[in-house]
Amino acid sequence: MANILDIRRRIRSVINTRQITKAMKVVSAAKLRRAQDRTLAARPYAQKLTNVLQSLVVRAEICDPETGQPKHPLLAQRPEKNILLIVVTGDKGLAGAFSANIIKAATQFLELKSATNIDIEAIGRKGRDFLRRRFPPAPVQTRSLAQVEESGEPEPERHQRAGRIQIAGEHVGVLNKLEFGQARALSESVIERYRHEEIDSVYVVFNEFKSVIAQRLVVEQILPVEQIGEPAIRLAEEISEEEKKKAKEAAVSVGVGMRPSHRGDESAQFGTAQVDYIYEQPPEELFRALLPKYVAIQIFRALLESTAAEHAARMTAMDSATNNATDMIDSLTLAMNRARQAKITKEIIEIVSGAAAM
Amino acid sequence: MADSFQLEIVTPQKKVVDTEATEAQIPGKNGYLGILPGHAPLITELAVGQVKFHAGREQQRLAVAWGFAEVLPGKVTILAETAERPNEIEVERARKAKERAEQRLTSGDANVDVERALRAIQKAETRLEVAGGEG
Repeated sequence: MANILDIRRRIRSVINTRQITKAMKVVSAAKLRRAQDRTLAARPYAQKLTNVLQSLVVRAEICDPETGQPKHPLLAQRPEKNILLIVVTGDKGLAGAFSANIIKAATQFLELKSATNIDIEAIGRKGRDFLRRRFPPAPVQTRSLAQVEESGEPEPERHQRAGRIQIAGEHVGVLNKLEFGQARALSESVIERYRHEEIDSVYVVFNEFKSVIAQRLVVEQILPVEQIGEPAIRLAEEISEEEKKKAKEAAVSVGVGMRPSHRGDESAQFGTAQVDYIYEQPPEELFRALLPKYVAIQIFRALLESTAAEHAARMTAMDSATNNATDMIDSLTLAMNRARQAKITKEIIEIVSGAAAM
Repeated sequence: MADSFQLEIVTPQKKVVDTEATEAQIPGKNGYLGILPGHAPLITELAVGQVKFHAGREQQRLAVAWGFAEVLPGKVTILAETAERPNEIEVERARKAKERAEQRLTSGDANVDVERALRAIQKAETRLEVAGGEG
């Protein structure tokens, strides 16, 4: 029979743990809300940019009329010999299977593209740690986004490879105070490599986050740009119903809204109005200037959504941890009461039988 | 014709300005553009520079960098990567950025990305100008 004192100690410890997980849940919820606001704030810009580009596609001659090949290098499809994969995970743990799932999706993708050279840019500590154990670092590393200042050093040229799959860059600790400048720096570096034909296509694997219950893991093709305004999803995995339910419960318990973060937006009409614009620059030139920004905003969006998803995952994980702690406290309390009862009963029996013996 | 238009300045981080304005000056890539209500529809790329606009009686200024603007008869939208009000600008940082870029230019190193350094200088100067209140 368990010692009452031991059980009591155990209960106290679980209560303390529950306190911590509860606090973490609330903190994650607050961070999630902020991350959601940021994805919302980025949306008008992205929307308008997309609309203008779409209207420019109609007006500018994107494809060469003779060859049918796109004029803009970022649109040109080349045979895939070298791929860049951007893996976006979290910096911290205790978020359930969040990072593990992304790593799994990334691994799946790597297996799918088993005949090509693959460079990996790892964003987030968790993914970095995992990938670094499995793949060698490239001889030349991309500058970390954590130290992006406007420096004038040109993009390093990469000629040698450390292996078929190598880690081209590591970016740890950028997600919690992400700025657009960092997404732009990454996209500029990526575009530069793409132009020099060091890489033939760019994919991002990340956790898409529309709302707490509308999430999925996706591998999105960023370059070459296939169709403006429509993300080119290569692999997608919805979260399971069970996870969805859990996430929903967690969200309700801390009062996070579940509406897909969307505002009725008049911006949808931007740039598509049926008017003849005066173009200050020729449409082709505008298009050339705006397309890199489109790539940057795609990356920015991926990073923002992933951050939101990470906080949501942590919130859910901490919610179930709190629930489990509560269950444990209940069953331990029951066991303790039983033990106490048994002890009292035993004492009574001893007294009674002692009295009877006299 | 209406005597004002809706002015919006949007960055990837937030909507910086959303107001009625009677007049605006935009740093287009080919030079500053003055916009009055009823301007013909126009799309332009932005240069690094300052946006000035009149909302009500007061004139406001912002330092903007890289983006584009769309003008419709009743509405002007400016999409910029950065848009800062004078009080948001860190003068010290801008000054340092300018110095760094100038050093790079004069260092004579062949690896220096001249275009990028020039852009950095231009951006820093604009920020200083807006923060300083002149212009």
